[in-house]
Amino acid sequence: MSPALHLAATGHGFLSPTGVEIAFLLVGIATLGAAVLTVTTKQLVHAALWLVVALGGIAVEYLLLTAEFIAWVQVLIYVGSVVVLLLFGLMLTKAPIGPSPDADSGNRPAALAVAVAAAGLLVWVVVDAFRTTWIELDKGVQGSTAASGESLFRHWVLPFEALSVLLLAALVGAIVLSRKTAEPRDAQSGKEKR
Amino acid sequence: MHLAYPAVLAVLLFCTGLYGVLARRNAILVLMSVELMLNAVNLNLVAFDVWLRDTLHAGQALTLFTIAIAAAEIGIGLAIVLLVHRNRGTADVDKLRDLADPPSDGQDPMDDSMAAPTDNDADQARRARRQTA
Repeated sequence: MSPALHLAATGHGFLSPTGVEIAFLLVGIATLGAAVLTVTTKQLVHAALWLVVALGGIAVEYLLLTAEFIAWVQVLIYVGSVVVLLLFGLMLTKAPIGPSPDADSGNRPAALAVAVAAAGLLVWVVVDAFRTTWIELDKGVQGSTAASGESLFRHWVLPFEALSVLLLAALVGAIVLSRKTAEPRDAQSGKEKR
Repeated sequence: MHLAYPAVLAVLLFCTGLYGVLARRNAILVLMSVELMLNAVNLNLVAFDVWLRDTLHAGQALTLFTIAIAAAEIGIGLAIVLLVHRNRGTADVDKLRDLADPPSDGQDPMDDSMAAPTDNDADQARRARRQTA
């Protein structure tokens, strides 16, 4: 069957969205709204909590794209640990609880202009490029845990192991950075004694 | 599913993160915006992997690697932000201007760290005062 015939037979249409598309659209609107609130809210802790909503929405989008393993990894790592790290960071830097009026810097109009220009240009390019492209979600699950694990440990073993070394290096680096160093304290107290 | 849905969502999320990186003042909020941008890229990778039916699952493997690298990045970034906050008493990226060109006419009133580079006497004296207080 030629691609054109196939296209006609399955009956794709712009104006007849499938249920998956409608679900994707609704979750996408919620995700985008949460993301916009994350970057615009004046309360720092609320920004982290809206980030949870945005990342959870992206996990749901992964599920709709049949990438279930990625979805659960997203929930575990982003919603579970990265946001907790960010909240701890906010607490340790003594973030104010209430609204902080100086959350946005002075170059806000320039940032808005750059973001809107980039969004317009990229949306135009992407829509123009993928106008007639459809994802066949009915042909079986693409990202089941079995499929992902098999490809990861058969074809991607070396990058996987290199990544574990990178994670270890990052862990050691974070510990070294956040450890209270003893030497400058001694020098400083010596200076005070003088 | 039409491929334009995930692609456009990824573009909009990326540009939201771009706005956040440029407009936010607190360094931790900047890190949150960076996470949004990385997630947009991940969504693109997964969508194109599912579209192409890649037998190597390259898109999903790359997504997993990106998630791991993002976790490493957020750990290191937060450690650096905490260190800066401990040394300077602030995590605002606007006030960390040690590497900026000095202003030609007078000092910016908003900017109190211009005359105090990283670990000089004034900075350490301020830290000592905070510790004794």
